[in-house]
Amino acid sequence: MTLLAVLQRRAGRPGRRTPPVTVVAAALILLAGLACVVAPGHLAPHPPDAVAPEAALLPPGLGHPLGTDELGRDLLSRVIHGSRLSLLVGAAATVLALLAGTAIGLVAGLFGGFIDSVLMRVVDVMLSFPALLLALGAISVLGSSPTRLAIAVGVSNVATFARLIRGEVLRVRGLAYVTAATVNGVRPAGLLLRYVVPNVWGPALALAVLGFGVAMLESSSLSFLGFGPRPPAADWGMLAAAGRDNLADAWWLSTFPGLAVAVTVLAATVIGRAVQDRRGMQ
Amino acid sequence: MSWIRRGDRGGIRSTMVRRRLFSAVTVLIGVVTVAFAVVHLIPGDPVQTMLGAGGAFVDPAQEAALRHELRLDGPLHEQYFAFLASAAQGDFGTSFQTGEPVTQMIAEAAPASLSLAGAALLLGALIGTGIAVLSRLTNSRLLASALAVLPVLAMSLPAYWVAALLLQFFSFRLGLVPALGGTGIRGLVLPALTMSLPTAGVVAQVLASGLRAAERESYVLMARAKGATRSRVVLRHMLRNTALPVITLTGTTVGSLLGAAVVTETIFGRPGLGRLIISALNAHDYPVIQGVAAVLGATMILISLLVDVLFTYLDPRVISTAVWR
Repeated sequence: MTLLAVLQRRAGRPGRRTPPVTVVAAALILLAGLACVVAPGHLAPHPPDAVAPEAALLPPGLGHPLGTDELGRDLLSRVIHGSRLSLLVGAAATVLALLAGTAIGLVAGLFGGFIDSVLMRVVDVMLSFPALLLALGAISVLGSSPTRLAIAVGVSNVATFARLIRGEVLRVRGLAYVTAATVNGVRPAGLLLRYVVPNVWGPALALAVLGFGVAMLESSSLSFLGFGPRPPAADWGMLAAAGRDNLADAWWLSTFPGLAVAVTVLAATVIGRAVQDRRGMQ
Repeated sequence: MSWIRRGDRGGIRSTMVRRRLFSAVTVLIGVVTVAFAVVHLIPGDPVQTMLGAGGAFVDPAQEAALRHELRLDGPLHEQYFAFLASAAQGDFGTSFQTGEPVTQMIAEAAPASLSLAGAALLLGALIGTGIAVLSRLTNSRLLASALAVLPVLAMSLPAYWVAALLLQFFSFRLGLVPALGGTGIRGLVLPALTMSLPTAGVVAQVLASGLRAAERESYVLMARAKGATRSRVVLRHMLRNTALPVITLTGTTVGSLLGAAVVTETIFGRPGLGRLIISALNAHDYPVIQGVAAVLGATMILISLLVDVLFTYLDPRVISTAVWR
């Protein structure tokens, strides 16, 4: 089981409900991220690749809120421009994992029997590898580019989605009105679309939001290790990796890009939890 | 439950273990197959890479000899079965880079990774238990909400970022621990702390919700009625009864722990399986990639098997409910 499954897991009834203030703050953070993705040029104070040797390695201050790197490039601008790659890769990976995982989970849960046991054995095999290792394997097969990074991270999380969606399908199938529908002669396709999907939709959505956070952690780790996009482009993981050379004298260089990842993941987790709580209430 | 006689219980357990063992073996074969498949899907021919480093003319006979030596000749299915057969004997071939047996390289790298993962697991369990118990014991609302946020925070922080922060503070600012390649206990502290955070988050969360649920149990009422102090109720009674699910979950975090080891070993410059597989991936060193992937997969399968079996001893209810399956 991966981190995602652990995040999804709720032992007993949900505890302390997330306060609305926290949810609003988390939503604002994600909106800010979205704004950076849509219009980085308008938000960044400087061009991300404007080299200024005289302003190299400046600590955070008035002109450069997050400081500058060894070439004098403004870190805030680089983080804002990096958001596009980071967030889009995370989102694409999540959508891929959600769609593929939901498809596998629905088929396995609905048909059961032989198909179910084969699919779940495949899922077991995938879950036996650490997710990061699976993504590393996928990326060495695919090659490295932002799209391929997203595919690799998505593939590494398909199994978790499939396993959890299958569980939800089995739960819904056991409900009395689904049995009633089957007895009334509703065909499998109708059962799937009108009875199962609407019931599985909520948990899948909550899982997708939590999964976005996990995908961000994983994709930025891969970028950090150098398996992400190629250098002229720079996402948050790569920025943090670049700051590693100056860890002793320029703390801001790897701190702020990593903080961007951490805050995004935290916001996604908070919202995912809130969606789960709402579902629990119904 | 009392209606299961002792002899039956042993029989049920052995049936469960046998079934579980069977599925573990199939998954293990799957894992080895995936390791084989991924490596053979990686673009680029290792023989060409090894011979054509300088773009020089390659002698076909020499190439064929090398191909044979690396067991890369013959049809794919033959290579696959040869690989399965030797993997079953613990032989993953020799490294393209160093010429050493892969099994030996893994055996040399494993202790460092294992001690790191073990230390992280221990540290994570301690921190997580501390958070959960403290959030039950405190009377301060502020502290309680802070402790409720911590687990989520611990699971949201990227490992490389935590590592960078810890290095900056403890190595460069305070100079307490060596920044890179530290050996012994002092070098283990920061990497283990970095890796322990997700485990701590999981343990804290599951334990906290377990403790919250235990508050309504009659044995808690009983203990309180007998005059036990609050800390005694939590530590002696509630903690013991809720610790079980935590063992299972701690087992399941080993996977993300091994994944995090790749990042942590790289940033702290520690030897280990993570470093080994990264350098092998960069060098297209197929046998090493296959070997490490298979060993990591097998480790996870083994751990989940052990946790399941251990659980039948720790919580006999698993056996009594298994009767109905």
